[in-house]
Amino acid sequence: MTATPIRPRSMGTHLTRLDGHEKVTGVAAYAVEHALDLPERPLHAWLVTSTIARGTVERVDASDALAHPGVVQVLDHTSARRLAKPDDAELAVLQDDAIGFRGQIVAVVLAETSEAAREGARLVRVHQTPAAAPAEVVLDDGEAYAPEVANAGHEPDTTDGDVDAALAGAAVVVDATYTTPHEFNSPMEPHAVTAVWDGEHLSMWDSTQSVHGVASVIGRALGLERGKTRVRAPYVGGGFGSKGLPHAPEMAAALAAFAADGRPVQLAVTRQQMFSLTGYRTQTVSRFRLGAEPDGRLLALSHDALSQTSRYKEFVEQTATSARTMYAADARATTHRVVPLDVAVPAWMRAPGEMPGMFAQEVAMDELAVACGVDPIQLRLRNEPDVDPDTGNLFNNRRLLECLERGAARFGWAERDPEPGVRLDGDWRVGTGVASASYPALFMPGNTTRIQALGEGRYAVSIGAVDIGTGARTVLTQIAADALGVEPGRIELSLGDTELPKATVAGGSAGTSSWGTSIVLAAQQLRADHGDDPDAGVETTATSEGYPDMENLALHSFGAVFAETRVHRWTGEVRVPRMLGVYSVGRVINPTTARSQFLGGLVMGLSGALFEEGYRDPRFGHVVTQDLATYHVASHADVGDLQVEWLDEEDTAATPMGSRGIGEIGIVGTAAAIANATFHATGTRVRDLPLTADHFLT
Amino acid sequence: MPPSVLGTVAGMETTVRLTVDGTPHEVSVDTRTTLLDALRERLDVHTVKKGCDHGQCGSCTVLLDDRRHLTCLALAVSYDGATITTADGLGEGDDLHPVQQAFLNHDGYQCGYCTPGQVCSAVGMLEEVKQGHPSHVTEDLEADVDLDAEGELMVDEEIKERMSGNLCRCGAYRGIVDAIREAAGLEQHERQEAGA
Repeated sequence: MTATPIRPRSMGTHLTRLDGHEKVTGVAAYAVEHALDLPERPLHAWLVTSTIARGTVERVDASDALAHPGVVQVLDHTSARRLAKPDDAELAVLQDDAIGFRGQIVAVVLAETSEAAREGARLVRVHQTPAAAPAEVVLDDGEAYAPEVANAGHEPDTTDGDVDAALAGAAVVVDATYTTPHEFNSPMEPHAVTAVWDGEHLSMWDSTQSVHGVASVIGRALGLERGKTRVRAPYVGGGFGSKGLPHAPEMAAALAAFAADGRPVQLAVTRQQMFSLTGYRTQTVSRFRLGAEPDGRLLALSHDALSQTSRYKEFVEQTATSARTMYAADARATTHRVVPLDVAVPAWMRAPGEMPGMFAQEVAMDELAVACGVDPIQLRLRNEPDVDPDTGNLFNNRRLLECLERGAARFGWAERDPEPGVRLDGDWRVGTGVASASYPALFMPGNTTRIQALGEGRYAVSIGAVDIGTGARTVLTQIAADALGVEPGRIELSLGDTELPKATVAGGSAGTSSWGTSIVLAAQQLRADHGDDPDAGVETTATSEGYPDMENLALHSFGAVFAETRVHRWTGEVRVPRMLGVYSVGRVINPTTARSQFLGGLVMGLSGALFEEGYRDPRFGHVVTQDLATYHVASHADVGDLQVEWLDEEDTAATPMGSRGIGEIGIVGTAAAIANATFHATGTRVRDLPLTADHFLT
Repeated sequence: MPPSVLGTVAGMETTVRLTVDGTPHEVSVDTRTTLLDALRERLDVHTVKKGCDHGQCGSCTVLLDDRRHLTCLALAVSYDGATITTADGLGEGDDLHPVQQAFLNHDGYQCGYCTPGQVCSAVGMLEEVKQGHPSHVTEDLEADVDLDAEGELMVDEEIKERMSGNLCRCGAYRGIVDAIREAAGLEQHERQEAGA
């Protein structure tokens, strides 16, 4: 059985976030807020990290630490439990003496209080020997190679036609290099774990986007039998990709729990440690080439993306994949190259690939518009493909142009004078810009839902999904209600626990699509097996392996982002008084939580455009800007008037709910729209994020 | 077992009295214990959150003797006898404080982790306005402070300026500003969301 489209009743209507009361009072319990559920007071774990980027640990001298009152134990690579399968180098914590980056975990202190644990960590003396070869920590230090695969399984290189020949024959050519810096997810709840080993079961409360993912990865590495690792995440304080996969601190907490032998352990990563231990978006360097007819019609398009990874584990940001799908051109090519360095391994950050890639592409398109003297919206209209240029498949519902046109009307684009650098309001240069947004509609198979009838039209719906703030708890309740034909108040939804049926990660903007399809399938199976009024206690479990309508279609969401910027003529300060995002994302299941997702994406895009830059020390390889004062993320005062809207549509080719994912598209294109607006304001083309004041003081 | 027996370190301890959300406590703290850790780790009061531990994010904001305060930048031993209100203590019984209800009405949060701090900060901020405290963006430092007095554009500028010590990585700032407008009895923004 596969799921079939359901009739919307609650879907599409406002429903106040179901966990809102817990959040505004603060009683929502996050990962290290479960002390009252523990058999005894937890020990506090504190991480000791390496101070060299490449070398070995000769000896960990814990004598002073152990002499400090309250310190109970110090774990290092000689004393930590051996992993059964240490094949993931990031998770092979304390397994050998190798140091692969500065900031790596080299010891864990356990103490009765966090104060003692922290002081104990300071007192641990780690004797490290640098490698004979110097550490390589910045792009110029290393040699790029061609990876076998980029993140999410993408081919690293694609070629269609002869780009060089087409460029040589093009009347107008844009050939420029665009860069984005190291960016850090920086969720407000630092990564944290409470862990207990009772001699047979490892039990964790984790700040994660995937309870089942953590349980299977950590359990397998530790050699625990299936079902012996339980992970719970009732509330998660944001993730943005950084909690999508388990990172080293989760393994450190598990190893500490084994060492504590029955005593619970609580490990909260410090804000500073997050910058080396919990993933980040690698810097990217994109050479983008466009060749066009005088009217802007593209003949050639190529995107060569360079990024960096760690020497001990590969992660390849799929920066050039959006160039394969966005615009028509007969000759197209994309490449990914990556430099391995002695640094912390990058990982997922909201819209990996699309965010930096679309920055490059959409600024390049703006440059082409200027070079051709064509309006940027008109330029995109002229390059609209009939089918997906990458796969040759039909698009399911490509409404990019409608997003652009609706946005243009609302934003007042028609009155825009294209001349750059000619509008001055007091000491502020004023300009507007636009960019396209796109994100693939992904679907993850293997989600299982259990629905139990409770009688009197009430149902318990269980799935091990996680609500990291997206609104999943609320939206999945609405989906279950519509799938069962009852009011949302009759659904008791349980999630965030590996005791519940298996679910995939809250990531790839695929959570609601994938979990929701499973819920619909289980509801339809329940009705098929037990009718419209099942007896209390009757239950059905179903696993969704696919959704057939999506086959042979190119499934993507699209959007258009408009921004107004003001650049101070004397200081170069950039302000963004207003932004508008218009999106085509299938059915919006809950307009309230969806609006927050889009707004949140715009704010993070704005933040990346103006502020975020992780600066790595070229001598030692650590991130210097490792806190929220020096790594500035957008605050209240940075955010102007934001408006979002979406097309009224449904897409039952993508999911039985008619929806597509919405978690990431808001960050895509946003930095480009702002950069393009600063060009319009000043006449200065900036191709490097963030758009700091110095760029405009030329 | 009570926190005074396990989870403490002999020789580093002293006792302070704190009233938290109306409940008096005597709690043994290390001289190094922050007010934040005293609440979270010694009193199991988790309605105050730790986001950075360095006074950079605002997640740990409470009302301390009726003023908004960062508990991560305060040593517990300095606050013997203090009265602390966390987000959980703002309402009357089961009823939410108007600011909290307005956060619900405007979806002024996503993950919820910065939210108790945002809520406490908003309550404290509105009280500061009532008491006449100007902000960095207030035009006239001598006049009475009134969020609405300087015209529509200044309302949001004042609120945003005064709330900028509270970061929200989910980016719920618009909802938070709208919530504060509602709680302060100010006119609401018109918002167009979906269209055909």
